[in-house]
Amino acid sequence: MSSSDAEREPKQEPLSAWSAFFAGLRASYLSVFVFVLVGTYVGIAALAQDYGFSLGWVMASTVLVWAGPSQVILISALGAGASLLETAIAVGLSCVRFLPMVVALLPMMRGPKTRTHDLLLPAHFTAASMWVESFRLLPGVPPERRVMYCNGLGVGFMSCGLIGCVIGYFLTASLPPLLTAAMLFLTPMSFLISTARNARTLADRCALVLGLIVLPLLVYWDVGLDLMWTGIIAGTAAYGVHRWQRARR
Amino acid sequence: MNGFEGLWGYLVLVLVGFLPADIWRLLGVIIGGGLDEESELLVWVRTVATAILAGVIAKILFFPPGSLAAVPLSVRLAAITCGFAAFLLARRSAFIGLAVGEGVLIAVGYLVVR
Repeated sequence: MSSSDAEREPKQEPLSAWSAFFAGLRASYLSVFVFVLVGTYVGIAALAQDYGFSLGWVMASTVLVWAGPSQVILISALGAGASLLETAIAVGLSCVRFLPMVVALLPMMRGPKTRTHDLLLPAHFTAASMWVESFRLLPGVPPERRVMYCNGLGVGFMSCGLIGCVIGYFLTASLPPLLTAAMLFLTPMSFLISTARNARTLADRCALVLGLIVLPLLVYWDVGLDLMWTGIIAGTAAYGVHRWQRARR
Repeated sequence: MNGFEGLWGYLVLVLVGFLPADIWRLLGVIIGGGLDEESELLVWVRTVATAILAGVIAKILFFPPGSLAAVPLSVRLAAITCGFAAFLLARRSAFIGLAVGEGVLIAVGYLVVR
């Protein structure tokens, strides 16, 4: 670390790689996302348990996929007997959002000596939680330690998700039926709210409302690949609203 | 038991969960910069992703797995409507929306299911 860095932030000791990791880990446990993540994954694990997945599988999906909404899609699609191809397409479409998120985060994460393969792990940890907190916290972290700091954040948040999985899985298996139903209800209720919160444009809101209407119709008419078609039909119609809105301006 | 036990289940997880999810994160690292977030393609992708998520919400609500199916559809719809209305009324508080939705489901469900 150069002396000018030290002068600019007199209180900041030069961080070793591991102390940066633990600083990130600590920051994750102090974040409001602890509650959000535990709650979300309690619901996801409840859903997975009810669909007959093992606890190991749900936890592995949390580590490997690390995206709550996409895991709900994965679990409900596989659990309800959707084809593997349709499931993969639905999960893939729901994860395209990570591309711009990673692209936006990278310039902050890259230090002077950062190699591209160092960025793969923090990119995997990128999800709403880590993304939001990185933008808030990274400016106070020395650039050369930001990758390790992000890894700490990611591991911390992921551990919250895994704890939620264990809680949700065992609660669902042991609670009376009505409370199990309430656990399963956590997912549609909380995802409806969070999707509505994230839908800032008129087009996104239209996509939400249309998706809620189109899927039951497709299932009722027994159209196959209902999730994928819901995305394409309702999503494209909502995109049309965006075009119409822009043309009027 | 759902056909995804053992090694096959984990293979499916990698193929239709891990790969479709992480390909986008990897592409983000590869592309690195110079992406227009307001590009037409990304706007479309976002509306499609939102619609898929809405579809999943509707699917769990209308065609629920096991235990939730024991609660009648009318109660499920009433609970999610009340929860969402509470969320809007309480200045978009997610916690209040969730608490009201769950409260309605448990309370009315208790009266109906018994």
